[in-house]
Amino acid sequence: MTNKIVVDCSTGEVQEIALTAEEIAEREAMAAEYAAQKAQEDAAKAAAQAAKESANAKLAALGLTAEEIAALTK
Amino acid sequence: MATTYTLISSVTVGAGGAANIEFTSIPSTYTDLLVKVSGRTTGTNTTVYYDYNSTTSNQSSIRLYDSNGTAGSDTQTRQTIQMPDSTYTATTFGNIEIYIPNYAGSNNKSSSVDSVNENNSTTNINTLTAALWSNSAAITSIKIVAFSGNMAQYSTAYLYGISNA
Repeated sequence: MTNKIVVDCSTGEVQEIALTAEEIAEREAMAAEYAAQKAQEDAAKAAAQAAKESANAKLAALGLTAEEIAALTK
Repeated sequence: MATTYTLISSVTVGAGGAANIEFTSIPSTYTDLLVKVSGRTTGTNTTVYYDYNSTTSNQSSIRLYDSNGTAGSDTQTRQTIQMPDSTYTATTFGNIEIYIPNYAGSNNKSSSVDSVNENNSTTNINTLTAALWSNSAAITSIKIVAFSGNMAQYSTAYLYGISNA
């Protein structure tokens, strides 16, 4: 576990010290929150990409050329 | 109008990075505080929090940002700043200023922040933030902690006290 840097402004002393149990728990909670947020973002991106590909396939099935589809989606 | 700036303390993150940077035992003898940060994180998210007196509660902030020419805004339940993460070009650091007026008074503590991140012309994020800590206690410590990863080596933080006379 990486240490934290603590600067005591009353003395100017800079210390590298181990995290407290509370700080470790806070970091773990933030890591879990970040993982959940990232998974949500990745899922949203994947869903958007799938919808785009599906729409393009349907337009192609209607007879539109790739250039025409590109013109529609610009 | 501020007339004097006094450097209270400063720190540079060494090899291996740091889980967070914390200024403690901040004297109450100034009118305002200013924190200047040149920072980068080792994680994969640009969000970094700053907390007072070792508490993460009763915080809020509103951000106005411009990301690659696209403007937007959002609200946060934490006091936030932005800095480059590990996906940015190596050795690029963000510039951040946190201004905290009347930090030793008994009113709630407001702060204003500007953050600028740049990534070799491929990405840039500029953020203006208005934040509030709803607490009557004087601010005696400030902690800067990344949402993802650690503070990267060579990140620096300078804490200034500002007197109005």
